[in-house]
Formats: sequence, C-alpha cells, structure tokens
Amino acid sequence: MTLLAVEGLNVTLATDAGPVAVVHDVGFTLDRRETLGIVGESGCGKTMTALALMGLLPEAARTAGRILFDGEDLLAADEARLCSLRGDRLAMIFQEPTTALNPVHTVGHQVAEVLMLHRDMAETAALAEARRLLDMVGLPRAAERLAAYPHQLSGGQRQRVMIAMALACKPDILVADEPTTALDVTVQAQILDLIGELVRELGMALVLITHDLGVVGQVTDRVAVMYAGRVVESGPTEAIFAKRAHPYTQGLFKARPSHAGQGRAAGTAARLATIPGLVPDPRSPPPGCAFAPRCPHAIEICRRPPPLVAIGESHDALCHRVGEWT
Amino acid sequence: MSAVIVRRLLAFLATLLATSIVVFVVLEVLPGDPAQVMLGVDAEPDAVARLREKLGLERPTTVRYFDWLLGFATGNLGESYTYSVPVLELIVERLAVTVPLALIAMLLTTIIALAAGVFAAAHHNRPGDWGVMLFAQLGIAMPNFWFGILLVLLFAVTLGWFNAGGFPGWEDDALASFQALLLPAVSLAIVQSAILARVTRSSVLDVLREDYVRTARAKGLSKRAALWRHGLRNALIPVVTVMGLQFAFLLSGTIIIENVFYLPGLGRLIFQSISQRDLVVVKDVVMLMVAKVVIINFVIDLLYVVIDPRLRTAR
Repeated sequence: MTLLAVEGLNVTLATDAGPVAVVHDVGFTLDRRETLGIVGESGCGKTMTALALMGLLPEAARTAGRILFDGEDLLAADEARLCSLRGDRLAMIFQEPTTALNPVHTVGHQVAEVLMLHRDMAETAALAEARRLLDMVGLPRAAERLAAYPHQLSGGQRQRVMIAMALACKPDILVADEPTTALDVTVQAQILDLIGELVRELGMALVLITHDLGVVGQVTDRVAVMYAGRVVESGPTEAIFAKRAHPYTQGLFKARPSHAGQGRAAGTAARLATIPGLVPDPRSPPPGCAFAPRCPHAIEICRRPPPLVAIGESHDALCHRVGEWT
Repeated sequence: MSAVIVRRLLAFLATLLATSIVVFVVLEVLPGDPAQVMLGVDAEPDAVARLREKLGLERPTTVRYFDWLLGFATGNLGESYTYSVPVLELIVERLAVTVPLALIAMLLTTIIALAAGVFAAAHHNRPGDWGVMLFAQLGIAMPNFWFGILLVLLFAVTLGWFNAGGFPGWEDDALASFQALLLPAVSLAIVQSAILARVTRSSVLDVLREDYVRTARAKGLSKRAALWRHGLRNALIPVVTVMGLQFAFLLSGTIIIENVFYLPGLGRLIFQSISQRDLVVVKDVVMLMVAKVVIINFVIDLLYVVIDPRLRTAR
C-alpha cells in the first residue's frame, strides 16, 4: 500500500534576484518497506526534495503540490503536526555527520533526546535505550560512548550515531541524504550495508539520495533520476539498470567507475566518461528539455517541453526521443 | 580536563607576573625623581629627601620590585601620600562601590542583551529584528553620561524616586546605597547591552545556520526548542568573550559615570590620584586593574572549556 505519494511538487526559493524554481513537478510514490533511490548531480534538486518531505525547507522556500503521507498532506500540515511526525514517523540522516551532530552535547544525550521527545521517556530510560540503539548500529563500546562527545568519534562512528538517532522511534520512512558521501571509502560500504540491513529489519521505507548509481543498485527497489529539478526517469531499479531510457541516465551510467576498474589504483582504471557541459543555471533554465544543451541526441524538437513516455511497467522517462536511437 | 586548567592557570600566573614587571618598569623609567614629582617642583629639598626616605627610593630597584610584589601577596600596599591612609584601605573602600555597580550593570546587560539578541535572531529580517536593532543602534550611539543625566532629570528631579547622586555607604544605609547604584548601573547597562545584543544576535544567527540545528529540527524539536537547546550554548562563545571585556571595563571603574553620579568608585580614585600625582596609589591601582582584566580573561577561558567540550582535550 502507498505510504507516501508526492504529487506535482514544486519548490521555489526566493532570492535577491527573484524567485528561482529548484524543484519542478516532481512526483513519486513509496510503499511500506519499499526503498527508493533519488539519483542526480549536485544541484539537481534532490536534497530540496528530501527537505520538502521532512518539512525542513529553508524559510525562503515556497512549495506547491502535495506530499501525502498516509493520506495526510504534509505541505498543508501545520508546524506542530510536523514536529510530532519528524523524528517519530519521518526521520532523516544527513550527509555530513561531523556538522550534523551538536558538538556540545554528548552522543548519548543526542540519541536519548528523540526518545524523551516522542516517547515521553525519562532521561535514564532514554539513555538505556540509546545504549541499546548504539549497540544496534554497531558502535563499539556503546555503553562508554554514551558520555562521549562527537569530536571523540571517527566519521563512520558519527554516522552510526546519526543512524541510531534517526531510527530511535522506528520511523515509517527514513530519508538518507548522501549518507556515505562524506565518509572514507572503506567505511562507506559498511554504513550502506548497515542502513540496508536496519531498513529491512525494522520494516521501514527508505528514500536514499545519492549521486552514486552503485549505491542505488545495491540498496533500492526503485530509482528516480533527477536532472535540473525534474524527475527525468523513474522505474524499478532492475528495469533501469537493464534499459536506461533517458540520455541523462545513460550518461550517468557511462560516468560510473566500472567494476573492472574498481581497484582504484592510479593508472589501472580507465579514464571515466563525463557528461559534457554544466548543469543549467536554475535562474535561467533552457526552454524545453533542460538536458538538451548537454544531450548527444538533442534535435530541434527538444527545445519544446518533453513528454513523459512509458518505457515499461511503471518505468517512465521524460524525453522526446525515447527509443529513437539505440 | 584538569591538565587544561593547570596549563591555563600557569599561563595566567605568568601573565600576571609579566604585567607586574611592565607596570613597575614603566613607573620606574618615568623621567624625574618620584618624590620630586609627587611634591611638585617648588618643594623643599628636605621634604623631598624625607619622602624619598619614606618611599624607600634609596634601595635597589629589584629589592623594591620584590617588596612591592610581596606587598600584594600580604596585603601590605604602603600608604597613600595624599590621603595618608594605607592604599589597601583606600582601594577596598572604593571597590565597595565599583564592584556592586559593575555587578548590577553586568547583570542588567546580560539579561537585556541575551533576551533582545535571541529575540532579534529568531525574528531575523522581520519587524521584531528591526525594532531591536534600531534600539541597539540608539544605545550604542548615545553617550552614557548623557543618558545618565536624562535618568537623573526624570527619576531624581521630576519624579523624586532616587537621589541625584552620592553614595551613603553600605554600613550606614544598605538600601539607599543600592538605590544610589541603580541609575548609574542602568546608564552603563544601556550601552553595554546594546553592544552585547548585537553580538548575541549575529552569533545566534550564525549558529541557526548550522547543520546540527537542522538535525535538532529533524528530530521533531520546534524552532524555538532547537534554538534554546541546541543553538544557544554554541552561540555563547563570542557572547562570553564580549561579556568578559565588558565586565573588565566596568570593574575598572567608569570615570565619567562615577563623576556624573558622585560615586566614590575606583575610577574616581585613579583620576584623583593621577591629578594629585600620588604615584604610590597610581601604581597599585593600575596593577589591580590589570590583574582584574587578567583574572577575568582566565575565568572566561575556563568558561570556554565548560561551554565547549572540544576545548577540554589538551592540545
């Protein structure tokens, strides 16, 4: 059953130079226990989409559309309602665990705070539960670490604390915004496995935001590829990995380090393909298809807004020329 | 943690020692004979000789320096030439005015500034913010002695709630003494709180942009709760720094305000001692003022460590 339905989400930021649209007409659905990957380059609107789900957009942001969570429109909900959902039924993990944890509070207190807030737990009970959670996320010597401050932990350990904090109330949806990007390569896989495992174990739905297609392939059931604020292709992960319909998705796949070259030793990896050009400036988007200026297949018609074309079972792409080349 | 404190303590003592040398040397190398300076150019040579004798100026410099230091340690500071009383007594008497005045002014400053600064930050770029900033601007621009005179005109002359000036002394009338300090404390606090409110506002605004405040909101804390529980303590470091400077300033005696309200405080003491060339008092009071600044900085250093656990690890 559908847990989350995003319909026609638009996010506009008020700037000194006037309003700038950063998310256009984004829609997707998420079932219970389903995992969705949102993939795209920096600045494509994926973090703004995630913050919109949490109701944590910057104050300068204006929204349109609907975000239906269990049938309730979050964009229309008042702040008190959102506060009661956030941390309890909707939780988020951020990209940079170093700055996302408060440097002046102990790790135990920061995890326990969520429980005291939503579960009405007394401090001692909440700290005991925090210890169990820190154990669960694999923080070594969790009992001692309750009194530790974030600066006394490594980056990976901090992200484990963030995960413990997010999962404390067993949320229905976990939003993870680039949860491994800021970590050492050796730790990235561990954290990703941990998130995948816990999501399955606790029966949560996951929205995983990343620029890394490898991560998406490992963890998610469905993928939405975003470009310049729009979802340009979405569908089951397997279907998209089997048949990439949008030229931008194809570009992303080509730009991915191949498994053969994963040794990462200098000189052994083949030179990676890149997508030429830059992400369009959201202040002056190109007419028609936003990807057209960088697209190897763009023709005259691409200067007009592209249609949403069905590729397969719940697999769509936003492109004039789907199937016109191989 | 204790290692950090011990190291700060050693640095504090070293600073104190270094300042004592500077103060001593500066007054030592002043041109002319101190006894002559104190008595004036027309003084009888006999009188000058007697004063030299009394001040012990014949002894070697180093001996006099260590004597002076020892005097601080034992509370035996010598005698004021003009007042003919022990300097310590003189200072203690003046501190009984200056310290309470500084404390009341600082308390008012802190309450007004934190409330106004946090309020302005929470209403950033909205009318509440503009209002607070307008008042802060006025508070900074207004000379505090002028504001003090206005307070006297309103509360002492027109309404008759307070005395226009003077200080009865704590032993004689504690309540009246407290009242005598209120108007000067308010005049001092107006400017100080305007400065501190601006610092608080910008510091809180910086902190509100931090990721951990967003994390706090993602946990379900309201904006206000995230600000108070996660923002304020992080915002305090710059605020506490400025508070330390302000308190040191207030403790050193505020010459102008003390003159406006006829308060026998430390500021007036040093002003009078300098004009009367009472070098014994000048040297001791200057050292005391420097020591207060150093002590306050030391306390502020310790407060940093209390506020921010990252500073507890010895580097």
